[in-house]
Amino acid sequence: MKRILKLNVNGEDLEILVEAHKTLLEVLREDLGLTGTKRGCDLGTCGACTVLIDGKPWLSCLTLAAAVQGKKIITIEGLAEDGKLHPLQSSFIEKGAIQCGFCTPGMILTAKAFLEEIPHPSEEEVKKAISGNLCRCTGYIKIIEAILSVSGREE
Amino acid sequence: MRELNIVGKRAPMLDAWEKATGKAKYTDDLSFPGMLFGKILRSPLPHAKILRVDLTEALKVPGVKDAISGKDIPKKKYGIVPKAKDEYALAIEKVRYIGDEVAAVVATSIEAAEEAISKIRVEYEALPAVFDPLEAMKPGAPIIHEEVPDNISATIRKEFGNVAKAFEESDFLFEDNFETQPVNHCPMEPQAALAMVDHQGKVTLWSSTQIPFFLRRNLATTLDIPESKVRIIKPKVGGGFGQKIDLYAKDFCAAFFAMRTGRPVKFVYDREEVFTCTRQRHPMHIYLKTGMKKDGTILAQQFRVVADGGAYNSTAPLMITLACFFIMLPYRIENLLFEGYHVYTNKPVGGAMRGHGIPQVRFAVETQLDVIAEKIGIDPLELRLKNAFQAGEPHPAKLLVQSCGFSETLKKAAEAIAWKEKRGKLPFGRGVGLAGASFPSGVSNMSHISSGAIVKIERDGSVTLLTGAADIGQGAETVISQIVAEELGMQLEDIRITAADTEITPLDPGTFGSGVTLRAGNAARMAAQSAREKLLEAIAEKMEVTPGELEIKNRRVFLKENPERGFSFEEAIKIYQYSDRPMPIIGRGSYFPPAKEPTTLLREDGNFSPAYSFMTQAAEVEVDPKTGRVKVLKMVTAHDCGRAINPMLVEGQLEGSVVGGMGQALYENVVTERGQVLNPSFLDYGIPTAMEIPSIVSVEVETNDPEGPYGAKESGEGTQLSPAPAIINAIYDAIGVRFKDLPVTPDKVLEALEKKSSS
Repeated sequence: MKRILKLNVNGEDLEILVEAHKTLLEVLREDLGLTGTKRGCDLGTCGACTVLIDGKPWLSCLTLAAAVQGKKIITIEGLAEDGKLHPLQSSFIEKGAIQCGFCTPGMILTAKAFLEEIPHPSEEEVKKAISGNLCRCTGYIKIIEAILSVSGREE
Repeated sequence: MRELNIVGKRAPMLDAWEKATGKAKYTDDLSFPGMLFGKILRSPLPHAKILRVDLTEALKVPGVKDAISGKDIPKKKYGIVPKAKDEYALAIEKVRYIGDEVAAVVATSIEAAEEAISKIRVEYEALPAVFDPLEAMKPGAPIIHEEVPDNISATIRKEFGNVAKAFEESDFLFEDNFETQPVNHCPMEPQAALAMVDHQGKVTLWSSTQIPFFLRRNLATTLDIPESKVRIIKPKVGGGFGQKIDLYAKDFCAAFFAMRTGRPVKFVYDREEVFTCTRQRHPMHIYLKTGMKKDGTILAQQFRVVADGGAYNSTAPLMITLACFFIMLPYRIENLLFEGYHVYTNKPVGGAMRGHGIPQVRFAVETQLDVIAEKIGIDPLELRLKNAFQAGEPHPAKLLVQSCGFSETLKKAAEAIAWKEKRGKLPFGRGVGLAGASFPSGVSNMSHISSGAIVKIERDGSVTLLTGAADIGQGAETVISQIVAEELGMQLEDIRITAADTEITPLDPGTFGSGVTLRAGNAARMAAQSAREKLLEAIAEKMEVTPGELEIKNRRVFLKENPERGFSFEEAIKIYQYSDRPMPIIGRGSYFPPAKEPTTLLREDGNFSPAYSFMTQAAEVEVDPKTGRVKVLKMVTAHDCGRAINPMLVEGQLEGSVVGGMGQALYENVVTERGQVLNPSFLDYGIPTAMEIPSIVSVEVETNDPEGPYGAKESGEGTQLSPAPAIINAIYDAIGVRFKDLPVTPDKVLEALEKKSSS
């Protein structure tokens, strides 16, 4: 059964008609064309589908779209402001923290929420913060460097 | 050599911006109006005859547009190695493992497709199944493929020198048995395919593939249409590691249903399918006998390797050949007897995975070398240095090794892990270990051997590069563009690249056997040189000099002797055009590696690869005797990759590969029970997270290989050969227990410690 959902995505208020059982991941990718949010496992185990909901990292594959009405949803497409990359995006690019790029959107959003909470973390804190986001390409080394460099705590 | 401006620079990947902003499109991110969604019905039995497939109820589900079973498809077998084809796109008559494809449907929504799959009725007649390769080899074992009655689908027996004589002359003989586990590649992007058919019946397939041209060939075969009716486009690929080499049912089904329905069709695997129904690293049983002289010289080695191939061949003959030949490096092994068997079982299918057949045998060799070192009283590092192969030495298997930094990788890795200070000197529970390896830079693979490239200089002075090289996240497009920019005296951002579209780009073997930089890099370099020569010819004519007197640099064409005299790049192109020469300026390049197709080496001598990389991994570990948990504190990876075209990308390759290798040493194992995978999810399987990673020191050993473009060789794949033995050797140093089967999980450590204390 379809119903009308009111979602705020990347600062825009939207009214969309979708199947009520759809997850936020499905709505973002299939109904809103926001394919930057990735489906890596659909079981909440890889972190590739991470988005921000009211500033906190959420697994969009385990979240019903209907349940996040009235909240502010930020996807990777909404991170750059006025065409200017978020410092984490720039840092991931420059530090070589991106290889295949499939984990990148979720990784960057997780890092953003984390740095807002702990602006000057230790390396161990960074590792813990991103431990729910899997990456098979980089061995995480350059991802951690990229996050630390934004926090001003580069090694 | 002239000074380099772009090659050798740390440059971000050309597509990093797209990937950081969510704009990069992977196969599943693409969609077309009217697109249908597909699902595959898989066998719940490990071995059975298919008696009947009834699609009637499935076709009644609202939204379902079509359904097929094995009897509806062309009876055409496919396989990555032409002579080892043994698989149908959907099972015909028989299923051979849990997950084998039986039927498929397409519908207007994925929910409808899923519902329809649940309504397909299949009658099976269960057959006896076999799950252990050693059992499968015995007479009377269930036969998995009728044409292979002994279940041994690939055999190799290769002897170099005289092993029996060398064993007689040995002062010591060592015999050990080793076992390795199945490992899943776990690319973050699950396999996906999207097909469309035009009015002339041409199929266009977007696929998460590492080898577009191979996929074209296999897809045309299975669809039973000419290759010219198939176009493969590779969008962004979210990692492969070897798992995206094969054609899968999703590729065939997307194309076949698109042909039948006339609508775009998409198939995407879920994570469980990636774990159970794609490919995995071959588990192996390895018997290894080594003959040594008192002074630490390796005289001879004998191997008996049984690889558990699962239900189909995939790369079987190539995998077992790689295992054999890469025993012959990085050490001097004058006498070798290698017997290898690829055996069918009713289990998930083995295939190419980062290292491809070599990490398993490397684990055996490097672990036994430490046993030997202890027994004959020589330092493990010294033992390795003593037997290390050197560039230019005659090779017993006729491999042509023109550059070899192995000894240097050993020394530098040992230094970085503080070998002298730490080996045997750390408190109980802490230890260091190391292990060496060698890997080809490009394996010639069956009919797609040469790599082509086209470089076009356009009217506005921009440069377009067409290459068939498949970037799957390793940065191939960036590295190849760097080479072209260097040749044309341009900046990296001046190069536009179109890659891996079989309709547009020249043929390339694909991402396979670590040959991309060497093969496609050489081809692109030649293409750029050819375009450059054409331009310089016109300018030389105008300036009344010879082309050799001219140089291109910083977007200027000028006289070497008098740089003031010359033209901007744009002016030069105008001069070229006004001389009535064809535009755009097109340079073509083709590179054919001086190496043989590996499986021919079973019959005759020859060179395996255009170049060989060498590497040493060193590990420091901490073992908690209470929990049995092993923590890798530090890994050193010293890699002779020739010259690094882009050191930042090389580091990324090394780091990712080391962490993957650590996972395989300590955590990862595809557990099956009677053919059923028990842990087909990230949660249950457990690849390393950021919490487990050690500190990693990458040491680049540059050797400037004469064959590689600007001296470049492989990086990143060979790196995954030896983290496991380095870690296992470090565990021995830490707690005095030698492990001969992988992975070394806490329960094994605890059991071994208990056994040790009670004996």
